[in-house]
Amino acid sequence: MSMTRREFLEVMAVAAASGMALNSRQALAGEVPKNFYELPKFGNVSFMHFTDCHAQLLPVYFREPNVNIGVGGAYGKAPHLVGDHFLKAYGIKPGSIDAHAFTQLDFVAAAKTYGKVGGFAHLATLIKNIRAQRPGSLLLDSGDTWQGSGTAYWTNGADMVGAQKMLGVNVMAPHWEFTLGAERVKEIVEKDFKGSVDFVAQNVKTADFGDQVFKPYVIKNVNGVPVAIIGQAFPYTPVANPRHFTPDWTFGIQDDSLQKFVDEARGKGAKVVVVLSHNGMDVDLKMATRVTGVDVIFGGHTHDAIPQAIPVKNSKGTTLVTNAGSNGKFLGVMDLDVKNGKVVGYKYRLLPVFSNLIEADKPMADYIKKVRAPFETKLNEKLAVTEDFLYRRGNFNGTFDQVIVDALIEVKGADMAFSPGFRWGTSLIPGDTITMERVLDQTCITYPATTLNEMTGQQIKEVLEDVGDNLFNPDPYYQQGGDMVRVGGLQYTINPNEKVSRRVSNMVLRGKAVDPNKKYLVAGWASVQENVTGTPIWDVVAEYLKNVKVIKKVKPNQPKLIGMSKNPGMQE
Amino acid sequence: MNTKRRTFLKGAGAAGTVAVAVAAGLLKPTEVLAAEWNKAAFDAKGMPDALKVLNATGAADSKDITIKAPDIAENGAVVPVEVTSKIAGTSSIAILVEKNAAPLTANFDLANGADGYVSTRIKMGQTSNVRVVVKAGAKSYTAVKEVKVTIGGCGG
Repeated sequence: MSMTRREFLEVMAVAAASGMALNSRQALAGEVPKNFYELPKFGNVSFMHFTDCHAQLLPVYFREPNVNIGVGGAYGKAPHLVGDHFLKAYGIKPGSIDAHAFTQLDFVAAAKTYGKVGGFAHLATLIKNIRAQRPGSLLLDSGDTWQGSGTAYWTNGADMVGAQKMLGVNVMAPHWEFTLGAERVKEIVEKDFKGSVDFVAQNVKTADFGDQVFKPYVIKNVNGVPVAIIGQAFPYTPVANPRHFTPDWTFGIQDDSLQKFVDEARGKGAKVVVVLSHNGMDVDLKMATRVTGVDVIFGGHTHDAIPQAIPVKNSKGTTLVTNAGSNGKFLGVMDLDVKNGKVVGYKYRLLPVFSNLIEADKPMADYIKKVRAPFETKLNEKLAVTEDFLYRRGNFNGTFDQVIVDALIEVKGADMAFSPGFRWGTSLIPGDTITMERVLDQTCITYPATTLNEMTGQQIKEVLEDVGDNLFNPDPYYQQGGDMVRVGGLQYTINPNEKVSRRVSNMVLRGKAVDPNKKYLVAGWASVQENVTGTPIWDVVAEYLKNVKVIKKVKPNQPKLIGMSKNPGMQE
Repeated sequence: MNTKRRTFLKGAGAAGTVAVAVAAGLLKPTEVLAAEWNKAAFDAKGMPDALKVLNATGAADSKDITIKAPDIAENGAVVPVEVTSKIAGTSSIAILVEKNAAPLTANFDLANGADGYVSTRIKMGQTSNVRVVVKAGAKSYTAVKEVKVTIGGCGG
């Protein structure tokens, strides 16, 4: 059931009048502050920023995580706060529209009230309005724009490239873009983006001579102020994604190289220096302590939607760090007041993009309709109906992940299944039809082959330990920014505070302890090896869904956690 | 990117005498390397042995040694490592991978007056500390950096 805001308010009024007991969580105000999208102009240099839209051209539901554990120095700090902890830290009123945008609390009820989020036609209207108030402002995109939907996959990113140009993106930084292959990326950058979008990445170099592959930065004149935007690609692209897509390029964090470009840009007269980053927020926060001379880091990758800029001190000053969520759900607006060649003040807002509250931009809506037209039949194929709430995001299995691992075990005839801890993938509310499009939201990559391998219990443990360390290593520079690998069939216990190879214990399959020497049949997908063949994951999931027809109650297979009961990065 | 330079060097490498000699089987790769090949050190199994053979067991930690290597290796088979030693009179720089079966991976002798800088690629089987031993005068100095080798996948 979906309601307009007016209908919802009428229902609430009737409920209140008839004395129906409503608990505070259910009794959502359903109110949108009048000035929700009004941003008084401030300063003279403004940026708009979005990230990790994952090719979602149309409005979607996207639930923020209820598990986003921080360990070591990240304990209890943004972005490792969820639910009530998050509301408290940012002074957001429970039950408000912001509470719905930024947390998982009462997601389904609130989603029915406030509707879907994002969509490029709605984003376009918002951007046009803000641009009108802030002439000369720049639109920055932290990447993961050309991957995540069926249409992006079938058009080799062309649908998104067209949308970015219409939206007026000025500068972008990359990650998943590279999974289209080095040649396609070069083609887009050199042809499609020529004269419109600057694609910047200071930390992508040739493996042989260390030459820059892309422009490391650009300097733009904003209302008379020279502004440098330095790009930072996802440092672990050839580790987290297949290296064979970019065999001749090397990545890495490269603080020293970044410092060199910051100094170079300042030397050329830049009065404002910002980094457009796909590091992930924890890496951004650490980088801000090490690299000096950066005014703002506009980050993405870890899909953290943080409503305020975080000031980080370093040896020569302060850098503001922002991260702007995912899926087109948010637009960050940063206003800087630059006087006498220095940033003397700032205002930052991370605006949730509620599609029902913003009129669609006609040209963009027409464009989206046009690029989807050849694929509509395939996208709209009805596979099943869900009675439960389906989502992915969180450190461990979400309900949609559970459907995927269940499908892998069933269709491939496996003992257990692994599915990657990607942070993209939209949400479905009970009653929604699971179309092919929604399955592609969760699975659409350029290396989709499913596999069935024999692995020993020891090897299985090594995989869990390895991925666990990518997530829970206390040093952000050793993290890769995904969530824990999703597992089906296998139960285990994990202690995030432990060291690598000591976090995982009590591995159990069908009530029996996993034997380190015994071989098990493990189904999976998204292998980073070259020349892996197998049915694409979306076809495996579609086959399963067509068989079951209705997804009833889904219980995500989550590990038993040790030492986390008080962690503010968790809430039931 | 300088494509012309790359093409030229590829051609030059293929025609170069040393490469040709190796390809023809005239020289074993080890013979191409320095004549005074410290076989015992390269064959040493385990860190204590390797340090002993290098005569560097009591090497002092030094902040004048900088190791530039990735935090997470893109490919464990070829991990780029750069070492800079600002220690006066640096005469050799050795690179050891603690968890490799034979830890000593490279040992560079530097002639008098050479900059204390080497750049190479090393092979790593698993996550390990990369230890550098610098010799200057009669003394040994050391520094360490962890490089993670991961199975990959599952990011973002």
